[in-house]
Amino acid sequence: MKPRQQRMLAVGLVVVGVAIATGLTLQAMKDSMMFFVSVTEVAEGKYPDNRNFRVGGLVKDGSVTREEGSLEMNFLVTDLRCDLAVSYSGVLPDLFREGQGVVAHGRLREDGVFAADEILAKHDENYMAPEVADSLAEAEADAAAAKADHVREKTAGLQEGPTGCPSNDS
Amino acid sequence: MWKFIHQLASPPHFYRIAQILIPWLAVPGLLLIGYGTYAGLFLAPMDYQQGDAFRIIYVHVPSAYLSMLAYMTMAVSAGIGLIWRIKLSHAVAAAAAPLGAWFTFLALATGSIWGKPMWGTWWEWGDPRLTSELIMLFLYFGYMALRGAIDDTSKADRASAVLALVGAVNVPIIHFSVEWWSSLHQGPTLIKEGGPAMDPGMLYPLLAMILGFTLVFGALLLRRVRAEVLFRERRTRWVKDLVLSGGN
Repeated sequence: MKPRQQRMLAVGLVVVGVAIATGLTLQAMKDSMMFFVSVTEVAEGKYPDNRNFRVGGLVKDGSVTREEGSLEMNFLVTDLRCDLAVSYSGVLPDLFREGQGVVAHGRLREDGVFAADEILAKHDENYMAPEVADSLAEAEADAAAAKADHVREKTAGLQEGPTGCPSNDS
Repeated sequence: MWKFIHQLASPPHFYRIAQILIPWLAVPGLLLIGYGTYAGLFLAPMDYQQGDAFRIIYVHVPSAYLSMLAYMTMAVSAGIGLIWRIKLSHAVAAAAAPLGAWFTFLALATGSIWGKPMWGTWWEWGDPRLTSELIMLFLYFGYMALRGAIDDTSKADRASAVLALVGAVNVPIIHFSVEWWSSLHQGPTLIKEGGPAMDPGMLYPLLAMILGFTLVFGALLLRRVRAEVLFRERRTRWVKDLVLSGGN
């Protein structure tokens, strides 16, 4: 083997070896690499005990209630399978609204309500002009079966009762 | 073809050709950035959710893209330099590092400024996209520090090349982080099934900015490589002749 081919082999082995090692490490740490857990995972009891964690989902339409004269508020976070009641007191990010994605940091209380100490808004990858968004919404109002706004549609379906949400026996 | 590449790898040839190429990259690049800035700020419509705050995308996305492109340029050049022992290739890697570090910083800073009003936080530790991009900034710093710590240029070339190659594993991690794990950062808008999820009025200025940033990066890189070549070849005949003749 020529020296140049040896060097080529060495460089190739380093790159492939590092890639495999990193891949295995990340695979092993898969769960702790998750920035937040889903509502269904909370319902299944798959969340870290005895410490704060983050749960992510959509703010369910029509579920936001505020206490008069305070920052106290309650709402439901849903992943379209399960719902989780969240209580929070504090300032909300601009993007917080019903039907939007949020990530709540806090802990699960004994009564099954998630007491959040921080609410972050999660933006999706869609960028639209306001007029376009308006006309889209109008088109949907006309055709209730339109699939464009999957979020609204699926949450509306949930109001008849979530299906297939595992109960938390633990 | 091979003859051309071999000639290009010779420092005096490269030095001359780069000088000719730089304006051909810089001028269209700056024009595109000019158009993208104007169209992005004044012509593109507001976003239906974020209002005017989305306009930071015109700096954030090109910077983030270039932070990764600069790293790949650095790693591939370093690899070619290691295997074929081409000095010019190592010079390209060395010249790309500070540029990439600046683009990484710009991506992190603009993302942070946008994150405060939109997400409600400047920075979230543990978010895979944010963390992997920060690791890339540290890889650039490590690469530059390693070069700076070794006086012998060819030793510095080889040691830092290994670091650049090992760190290259981070680039796909940055790109796929939002798909592999849950993240506060949104998924890809431009590279996704069914085409870009963006209003055309917003999209074209963004594409112009990305192309403009890339061309200007090319021009800056060539300029930096020329300086690097001049320094490395400072004891050779052709540099002496060049200086004595007063040319550039």
